Amino acid sequence: MRLACPCCGPRDRREFTYYGAADYLDRPAPEAGLDAWDAYLHLRDNPAGKTRDLWYHDPCQSWLEVERDTVTHAVHSVQAVAGRHA
Amino acid sequence: MVNLTPTAAFTGLPLTIGRATLTAFDPGPVTAIAPYPGRDLSRALAPLSFPAPGCVVDGPGARLVWTGREQAFWMGSAAPDLTGLAATTDQSDGWAWLTVSGPDAVSVLARLCPLDLRAQSFAVGSAARSMLAHMQAIMIRTGEDSFELGVFRSMAESLLHDLTGAMRGLAARDAL
Repeated sequence: MRLACPCCGPRDRREFTYYGAADYLDRPAPEAGLDAWDAYLHLRDNPAGKTRDLWYHDPCQSWLEVERDTVTHAVHSVQAVAGRHA
Repeated sequence: MVNLTPTAAFTGLPLTIGRATLTAFDPGPVTAIAPYPGRDLSRALAPLSFPAPGCVVDGPGARLVWTGREQAFWMGSAAPDLTGLAATTDQSDGWAWLTVSGPDAVSVLARLCPLDLRAQSFAVGSAARSMLAHMQAIMIRTGEDSFELGVFRSMAESLLHDLTGAMRGLAARDAL
């Protein structure tokens, strides 16, 4: 498996660390309520198909959002998280 | 004031096994530069400039080496004053540096590193962050068959151990 780091180009799987679902990017507001926070922390989809992950490219210290397919193993896109909310 | 005597990070260098040679080198003062968002460093860094990912910018007595997302190392002399423009940290004692050279340099690194080492993807004069064995390394390609490697100084001995292991393995194949 290879991921194309927006900084470094295509790199081997060994250089990356998996963090979890990209849902972690959508943090609810502090007053959003228990349900929203419960969903944010604990509820994850388990799709057969397209899914969004967070990965970390250890050598260049970039957080990446990866869209991939759990059925075909295709990697559709890799985007840097930094600067997105700037 | 106590005068401390610097000691070398590596022992037993230079070392040649088979067709590859390891040599320790002193890059001079090393300063990490991480620009604050939206700041223009071009005037402060002139005649050098902040390197694009994977690039090395050479200047008189110093060079700027890309070492990560929005980070570069100023190597060879004291870094210019970047107050208000960038976070700077002295890395001079934090890293151990050596060169790998010789006809088998690429083959030695290929045993330890997942990077595509062909010249078309890792050109002479460019830099990369990757893993050497289990270590996060800075790699600079100085020639077709020569590389500068930097790892955290605490890992100097591990680097030497892994490199010499790969060199012995290659030399043993050649001896068959």
